[in-house]
Amino acid sequence: MNTPNPAGNAIVAEQLVKHFGDVKAVDGLDLTVPFGTVFGLLGPNGAGKTTTVRILTTLLRPDSGRATVAGIDVVKHPDEVRRVMGLTGQYSAIDEYLTGLENLSMVGRLYHLPHGYVKERSAELLERFSLADAADRPVRTYSGGMRRRLDLSASLIGRPSILFLDEPTTGLDPRSRQQMWEVISDLVADGTTVLLTTQYLEEADQLAEKIVVIDRGHVIAQGTSDELKTQVGGDRLEVVIHSGSNLDDASTALRALADGDVSLDAVTRRITAPVSGGSTILVEAVRALDVAGVSLDDISLRRPTLDDVFLSLTGHAAEEVAADSAKPTRGRGRARKGAE
Amino acid sequence: MATTPAPEQMKRPMFGWLLHDGFVVTQRNLIATTRVPEVLFFSLVQPVIFVLLFAYVFGGAIPIPGADPAAGAAAYREYLMPGIFGQTVAFASAASTVGLAEDMQKGIIDRFRSLPMAASAVLFGRTASDVLRQVLVLAVLSVTGLIVGWRIHNGFIDAVCAYLLLLLFAYAVSWIGCWIGLHMPNTETANTAGLVWLFPLTFLSNAFVPLTGMPPVVQTIAEWNPVSAVVLACRELFGNPTGYISDAWPQQHPIAYTVGSCGLLILIFATLAVRKYRQSA
Repeated sequence: MNTPNPAGNAIVAEQLVKHFGDVKAVDGLDLTVPFGTVFGLLGPNGAGKTTTVRILTTLLRPDSGRATVAGIDVVKHPDEVRRVMGLTGQYSAIDEYLTGLENLSMVGRLYHLPHGYVKERSAELLERFSLADAADRPVRTYSGGMRRRLDLSASLIGRPSILFLDEPTTGLDPRSRQQMWEVISDLVADGTTVLLTTQYLEEADQLAEKIVVIDRGHVIAQGTSDELKTQVGGDRLEVVIHSGSNLDDASTALRALADGDVSLDAVTRRITAPVSGGSTILVEAVRALDVAGVSLDDISLRRPTLDDVFLSLTGHAAEEVAADSAKPTRGRGRARKGAE
Repeated sequence: MATTPAPEQMKRPMFGWLLHDGFVVTQRNLIATTRVPEVLFFSLVQPVIFVLLFAYVFGGAIPIPGADPAAGAAAYREYLMPGIFGQTVAFASAASTVGLAEDMQKGIIDRFRSLPMAASAVLFGRTASDVLRQVLVLAVLSVTGLIVGWRIHNGFIDAVCAYLLLLLFAYAVSWIGCWIGLHMPNTETANTAGLVWLFPLTFLSNAFVPLTGMPPVVQTIAEWNPVSAVVLACRELFGNPTGYISDAWPQQHPIAYTVGSCGLLILIFATLAVRKYRQSA
């Protein structure tokens, strides 16, 4: 395929805007992804991740702003962009009546690749993704994890230098997710530039070198996972209150020790407070809670996770929002006209 | 990770790729058909049931003007078969509507749109495969017709022309079906919307009853309905009873009108559908 200029950036977006009716799905988004990196686009449902990916992969035209992939303008030369990139969407975009092999060879032929190459490459990918045994079975007999791997294989058939993965592990069981992670890590070792969207903070933490956090259509923070955690600062004191004790008493006691806002989850009876002062704070916390007459199930001190980053940046937890804007009124694969 | 070296994409003129990609999509649709034989089976059963119902329930009650009264129900069956052919191929468009809606809902259209393929190949492949399926449907129907007493009287060439006209008509309505399918939010809606317009289209025609019994306004609509033209053309080409032929131009020149109206429909709806496909996002 086309060899991109290694000096430039793989993906650049400048002030992208996309509305759906009154909803601003993408609202002045900027993005720069260097070649050869794994870039995580992190945010809750409705943050604009999918819309951004759809613009970058030529499936949607932005209302305004500019974007290039491998230096090629996505609005002016969509066909050339399609030649250098691969896309694996949120839902497996494969034909379930065709076999795994037929799916790959169809996509290879539509990439306009030579017949012999498509044959060889399909066999290689099926082998690599542990699908060789299922190659001649219709896809409708595949498990969810197998479908995702086949979908990913289809995106890789033309050896794209830039790969877009839109929530590649959403809906997968933990084992399949682990497998996907391994596959993605291999790709990166291979030099492919990957833009990955996810609502799983753990996933971004594990795979992406650089993370951009977006909310309501624009970037609210970016950096490496460590940088983001440092940005939030300090440690986290996490306390689980015994069911016999009063949650409000406990949070009042902890608020006095915290550096910032204390968050409280009434269901799990968990209180999280940003703190500093290392292990001595643990002792102080236990003493304060004891004075308040609160008994504990658990208490711990930890480094901030990306969840904490999200909470401190947006004022709400990632998963909370995900649950609120629970999507699909329109069935699989057609969330495109929704807010995201 | 891979050992196969990165390939060069092949070079071909744009039109060559449209044919190539259209062929790939057609092949994919036809393979999918063979994987769900139930769907194909029931799409064959339905017109056969129509033949039997019309031939044996309505047959004796509908006199065919100009046919020998002594022939009675037998004449109606000869009259009926081209009507059933016309109605059945019209329903090919519903397959296009549902097929496209399903591909959109499952995200396959997104996959196609992210590939450097000729965009309209998805639509050309869809209409081509839906028409090719009609070849099988027409074969099964013809055999059914022969069993109930329908015959081809005018020789091989005329019969081939009749079948080609039917396929041309199927191709035209298949493009209308595509255009409808691209507007569908999901397959459930497509299942209904793909069918509703076909009932007035096929019944406001000479497919099952002669035009003579219709009120004037309805008769005029039926005279200009392309279904009436293709059905009348088939009756003439097969040598079956034609019933009453009015003075309206499409009735006097059914073959020319079929070719002309189908050409116009293809031009209009292929343009609309391709434009909608490129925009839809």
